Amino acid sequence: MTETTQMARLGAVRPTAEIVAARLKRRHNAERRFRAVGLGAVLLALGFLGVLLFTIVGNGITAFVQTSIRVDVTFDPAQLGIEGDTSADALAAANYQAIIKQALYRTFPEAKTRGEQRQLGAMVSSGADIELRKMLIADPALLGQTRSVWLLADDDIDMAVKGHIPRQPGIAGNRLSDNEIRWLDELESRGAVKTRFNTLLWTSGDSREPELAGLWGAVVGSIYSLIITLLVSFPLGVATSVYLEEFAPKNRWTDLIEVNINNLAAVPSVVFGLLGLAVFLNIFGMPRSAPLVGGLVLALICLPTIIIAARAAMKAVPPSIREAAAGLGASKLQVVTDHVLPLSMPGILTGTILGMAHALGETAPLLMIGMVAFIVDIPATPLDPSAVLPVQVYLWADSPERAFVERTSAAIMVLLLFLALMNLSAILLRKKFERRW
Amino acid sequence: MQLLILTIVLLALTGIGFSTGRRRALAVVEGNPRLLHSLPNHHGYLVALWCGIPALLVVVGWLAFEPSLLHALVISALPPELTEMSDERLSLVYNEVRNVALNGQTAGSDAVAEAARHYLSLRQTLFGATAVVALVLAVAGLAWARARINRDLRARNRVEQIVTIFLVMASTVAIFTTIGIVLSLLFESLRFFHFVPVTEFLFGTAWSPQMAIRADQVGSSGAFGAVPLFAGTMLIAGIALLVAVPLGLLSAIYMSEYALPRFRSVVKPMLEILAGIPTVVYGFFAALTVAPFIRDLGTSLGLTVASESALAAGLVMGIMIIPFVSSLSDDVISAVPQSLREGAYGLGATKSETIKQVVIPAALPGIVGGVLLAASRAIGETMIVVMAAGLAANLTANPLEAVTTVTTQIVTLLVGDQEFDSPKTLAAFALGLALFTITLALNAVALHIVNKYREKYD
Repeated sequence: MTETTQMARLGAVRPTAEIVAARLKRRHNAERRFRAVGLGAVLLALGFLGVLLFTIVGNGITAFVQTSIRVDVTFDPAQLGIEGDTSADALAAANYQAIIKQALYRTFPEAKTRGEQRQLGAMVSSGADIELRKMLIADPALLGQTRSVWLLADDDIDMAVKGHIPRQPGIAGNRLSDNEIRWLDELESRGAVKTRFNTLLWTSGDSREPELAGLWGAVVGSIYSLIITLLVSFPLGVATSVYLEEFAPKNRWTDLIEVNINNLAAVPSVVFGLLGLAVFLNIFGMPRSAPLVGGLVLALICLPTIIIAARAAMKAVPPSIREAAAGLGASKLQVVTDHVLPLSMPGILTGTILGMAHALGETAPLLMIGMVAFIVDIPATPLDPSAVLPVQVYLWADSPERAFVERTSAAIMVLLLFLALMNLSAILLRKKFERRW
Repeated sequence: MQLLILTIVLLALTGIGFSTGRRRALAVVEGNPRLLHSLPNHHGYLVALWCGIPALLVVVGWLAFEPSLLHALVISALPPELTEMSDERLSLVYNEVRNVALNGQTAGSDAVAEAARHYLSLRQTLFGATAVVALVLAVAGLAWARARINRDLRARNRVEQIVTIFLVMASTVAIFTTIGIVLSLLFESLRFFHFVPVTEFLFGTAWSPQMAIRADQVGSSGAFGAVPLFAGTMLIAGIALLVAVPLGLLSAIYMSEYALPRFRSVVKPMLEILAGIPTVVYGFFAALTVAPFIRDLGTSLGLTVASESALAAGLVMGIMIIPFVSSLSDDVISAVPQSLREGAYGLGATKSETIKQVVIPAALPGIVGGVLLAASRAIGETMIVVMAAGLAANLTANPLEAVTTVTTQIVTLLVGDQEFDSPKTLAAFALGLALFTITLALNAVALHIVNKYREKYD
């Protein structure tokens, strides 16, 4: 009775339950909002990843095919400049550019002026003669005959066919002249333009001409570097981990080593490049741009990764196994080599593969030791100058031609593919061999 | 090639050493290994080590000293009219000699051609001498160790001693690397500070690293004030952290507190992919896609945006370090004891209130440590800024303008032809020293905070 009168006297005051309910609703809304923001952050991060990969694949997928033009080429000895002399040397040194030009002029007789003829000649890649040389050396009987040959197109033609540069005539600043666009249309209507699998991308080294530039030199350079890295960092990393985990007394010296390893893991990679430049190149006089030096620098970079992984794997081996082996009379080293190492090897290898994957993607330290040189040849040994995959990406990304954007994206796809394979093998290794004690 | 053959021969000898040692050990006890102190294999290893190690040391020594030894010998044999030149000219001549000898370049003068022949024959002689010494050492070591085998020889202990020495030496590589980094940076930086005073480098506000070729050249004196570089680095790293910290922290909270295990097991590795993508890929993405996008967006809003804006580089760098922030925060959030959460629930807090008022404050030191680690990552990151940030030093806080960073300048100064006594090249080492010091300090502080936090809840 008194309560109701009190309530009545206070008049507008709402019942507590109502206040609580209202506040609860607000709190629950806040809860939902917070949760949505969290989910939004995750999705946004994934969205970035998606946009990144989509851009790369979208830009690069077309680099795996390359445009060729069909032309009727006459292997005219006079034009080739090898009157009568059909020795292999003469065939190799012959002027194949001339017969390509002649074939093009015959296809489009309307190109009369020098300017038009130059434009016409520029439709075919400056490396197209290599193919003709191979044909003629393989079969000298072709001399004097006419063959229908698919010639590699110039990068601008290739870009136009793939739709990366406009093909309407009359656009100011277009890389293709109106003549070239007309000729290209005509060739297409005759069925003399096709795209085929881009083998040069996989077999040749770098080039200033986008249509001739390939990744193989960089892939070989990367393989050499990684082999050196593996040969140096794996034994050193495992030996360090064995010492620290199984032998080292707990003292200041050991602490110093551990602090050093942790610090090295955090040093920016470009600083390792400075070390390589000052020590390996200037003091030891090792060759510049060589995978040997690159591999050594990368070994120092991924050493901490390997050590940390190997120590974790060794720590996971239960002490009872060590004690059992010691009880049977094994020496400390025998315990390690016969029991601890074999049991922790999957973990060590997983860590090593991840370290190698990291080393494969490293670019900055390699720029410091001169691996940015323009190198056409495929390196034959780890002492030859060479590029590596990420540096090739950097070099191509710096080139102005539109066709190099496509090549760069393709190189990135190849690089990411290698990384994915390495990571996948690490995951599989862990899944298959990991033991929980 | 010759070196490869020598190495293979030495390794083969080592293998032979192992098998003879083993057989000899068994022969000593007439095929009854129980009479031996050590296993036959250990005797084999001991012989192999005696055979291989001295010889390989000789080869390594030759590799290390060959260039300087050849240099000294060839120079001393040069005709006097060449040796009387200045050191710089002399080193040019020596380079020419090497190019003629090794790369088949045509010699500029008869003296050089003669020196090149001398160089080649010296090299051949030196290598021959090394090979002979190494082989003799290998065979002698093999014979000596084999002759010492008897039933009481403690071969296992010896082998283990040697292996332990190897282990200790391997573990000092980390220390030598650190010493090498510090010494090479310090040494070259000191040479740099001969040309440019430390105070000018640290506090100067103008950066234009060129040196005069002639003393009276216009604009001859380069300016080496690094403040614009530090400011640019901080600006880009700051933008990166503004992107990465909220996104990384919120996704860590969502993943550790809300997400279902299935969602987590799929999405977490996908986020980690962001950390595994090489930085050169991010650089390409920033320069090709993000920077033009931001510029166009700015233009449509009526802003002038540089095509190499700090915003683009910082944004992409932020994306790159999201996984660092999120996985480190994830660790510390998971390390907050469950009892704290349950206490909050018991008082009626909702999940988000618990997270905001209990979990995050408890995890804050760890999160700060993670953010500092991410910051050190961002400061040391090179490829993104090399490809997407500008080259001209620009002291500004406007993220829409182009700035340059410490790492960009290191790369720019050192890529291409370099002479090692110009301040321009040496400046890169001074910048490297600054970078090394800053990242090391950040890491030390971060690790200290993280460790202290860990102790609190362990």
